Amino acid sequence: MATLSIALTGNPNTGKSTIFNELTGIRQKIGNWPGVTVDKKMGYVNHKDRAISIVDLPGTYSINARSPEEQIVIDYLLNERPDIVVDVVDSSNIERNLFLTLQLLEHRIPVLIDLNMMDEATKRGLKISSKKLSELIGMPVVETVGRSNKSTRKLLDIFTSTVMNSYQNSELIEKHINAVETIRAGAGEHDIKEEKIISLRYDLIDKIIAVIVDKNGVASTTTTEKIDRFLANGFIALPILLLLLYGVFEITFTWIGQPIADFLNFAINTWFSGIVDDALSTIGVAAWLQSLVVNGVIAGVGSVLTFVPLIFTLFFCLSFLDGTGYMARVAFIMDPIMRRAGLTGKGVMPLIMGFGCGVPAIMGARALDSEKDRMISILVTPFLTCGAKLPVMALFAAVFFPQNASNVVFVMYIIGIVMAIIMAKVLTVTTFKDKQSSFLLELPPYRIPDMKTVLLETWDKGKGYLVKAGTIIFAMSVLIWFLSNYNLSGPTDEMTESFLAYLGAAISHLFTFQGFDTWQAGAAVITGVVAKEAVISTMGILYNVGDVADDTVDAANQMMTALGGSFTALSAFAFMVFTQLYSPCVTALGTIKKETGRWKWLFFAFAYTTAVAWVVSLLVYQIGRLIGF
Amino acid sequence: MAIVVDKNRLTLNRVHPGSSVKIEYLEQSPLKERLMSMGLVPGTVIKVLRSAPLGDPMAISVRSYNLSLRLNDAEKIIVAPKV
Ligand SMILES: Nc1nc2c(ncn2[C@@H]2O[C@H](COP(=O)(O)OP(=O)(O)OP(=O)(O)O)[C@@H](O)[C@H]2O)c(=O)[nH]1
Ligand SMILES: [Mg+2]
Repeated sequence: MATLSIALTGNPNTGKSTIFNELTGIRQKIGNWPGVTVDKKMGYVNHKDRAISIVDLPGTYSINARSPEEQIVIDYLLNERPDIVVDVVDSSNIERNLFLTLQLLEHRIPVLIDLNMMDEATKRGLKISSKKLSELIGMPVVETVGRSNKSTRKLLDIFTSTVMNSYQNSELIEKHINAVETIRAGAGEHDIKEEKIISLRYDLIDKIIAVIVDKNGVASTTTTEKIDRFLANGFIALPILLLLLYGVFEITFTWIGQPIADFLNFAINTWFSGIVDDALSTIGVAAWLQSLVVNGVIAGVGSVLTFVPLIFTLFFCLSFLDGTGYMARVAFIMDPIMRRAGLTGKGVMPLIMGFGCGVPAIMGARALDSEKDRMISILVTPFLTCGAKLPVMALFAAVFFPQNASNVVFVMYIIGIVMAIIMAKVLTVTTFKDKQSSFLLELPPYRIPDMKTVLLETWDKGKGYLVKAGTIIFAMSVLIWFLSNYNLSGPTDEMTESFLAYLGAAISHLFTFQGFDTWQAGAAVITGVVAKEAVISTMGILYNVGDVADDTVDAANQMMTALGGSFTALSAFAFMVFTQLYSPCVTALGTIKKETGRWKWLFFAFAYTTAVAWVVSLLVYQIGRLIGF
Repeated sequence: MAIVVDKNRLTLNRVHPGSSVKIEYLEQSPLKERLMSMGLVPGTVIKVLRSAPLGDPMAISVRSYNLSLRLNDAEKIIVAPKV
């Protein structure tokens, strides 16, 4: 039998990806704000010997093909003609959701209506009759709770047993379609006719709602409204926002991340490194191999692994916030500030993703309304502190500002945010002049985040860093070890005469006015373009210059001492600022090319961020010196 | 078509939080079709919830969901007090 093809469509934030993930086992990003999914995604599942393909589409309020997402949806539905188009409806918000349903029916696309979020509708006191809905429009209707797998599993049974051909638009719908077509065929301006049609649709929806929904039990004030009076109202909303963000950092650094990082630092760089070193000595492997393993791989990969729990903690917090619905409030609160910078409040959401990783954040910019918003968002995202920069900040803060480590890291985050806002303004004024932008954002209800989603997402994203440590960072560590232990005449005992020292020294001249013109810093800056964590693994190798034979060397402390020797607190701070702002990693650069479609923007992103980083770190160092640090 | 501008007409941006109003019509604007698609058609009842901490944008409740929009876009929505 041929594969049964299913497409999930519907308004934004109705639970399409939740259902898709539950059915296919794929982990699409889920968040409680509109516009999480920006591209279609395929998944496959077998049920009762039937192969089923399911596609998760971006959420849209209509299908007029006005935005890239709407284009994706309508193209897919009309060109691919899936066997079953599932219209995922947020039952607690059924009126507006039925608008898209009617549009689909007008296109003569039969739909299986999935009244999702039934739990929320019930909680709000809405009684919806799916039977009456089905009778009124002529299409099959099912009820689900996307978060319960029992409920979504039954969808598979329904998919395999439903034959869409056996359903037909009801007379009511046919009459509506006739009326729509009469207006379209009639005289008048296109826009005016379309507006008439929109009103016609809502007239019909009002009629349908009157029959199928019993609103008698609806409370006048929702829980969401009560929370919003506190979180999105009046001037205290701003301090609360800052406090919440600060809370995330406190949890990540002070409470959880840093203690674990300290422990791992000891466990890997002293204990494990010592054991391996001894073992290798006992077996009697070649000195160079011992050095490669201990001073190259363990020092390099280990210094990154130390901070992976920190990254996990941060991702957990971000995913959790994502699930609550607070992100949309951040957009709401921040819109005037973002607008002054030439962006819109909606731009906050992809930017916040940028604290995790720049790559999805750059892609997430697709959810923005205008081309200009998208371009600016893509170009300023790299300034933010992504998960990979986090280890750099954490390590330097711990070494140079042990009393204020989490505050210094917080300041780095703020510097990143402020630079993103300033550059957005600069780009608006210079490159993407006065193009109209608007802000229209649905504020979803607050929800208790689905813990399964939060944990899976934390694991998936965090895993990426583990994989990177085992692949790119591993390879880079070997390379760095080689470059730092060899020169043209073979192995060298003096690192200062190695390939890397020459290379790093050449680059380091650029940083004379920033106070970190050492060859080690220069080398770290180069490797950081490949992956930001490499800044740390490089430092780990270069400053981990213990005598291999001496097993009493406390490698961890030695790295700290060595770092302390080549940076002052001020130049370390300047180096942090530079690392925070300079060129995105190659993966992010590639994504910029892909999303903008032009090489030009890749080179631009590389050059202008590096220039900004150079200037700002220079100012930091020079002003810092003037005021006596 | 001449549009008579009524100085006393009530626009959505001037409605106080907590009040409910009915949409009379929407003036031409780039957002008009999107607003209408999201359920803001003439006759629809809107409840104004609040303005954002910095004064702009505003939040409204319409057709049992909450929406935020900027004041200068809300100015294009002509409303009447709900009776
Ligand atoms: N209470 C409740 N919440 C649900 C249900 N289904 C999904 N959610 C939550 O609704 C939010 C949105 O879910 P998503 O799956 O990301 O929605 P989507 O339709 O893919 O959204 P877009 O990609 O933005 O179009 C998440 O917070 C989910 O946990 C449900 O049946 N009941
Ligand atoms: Mg989705």
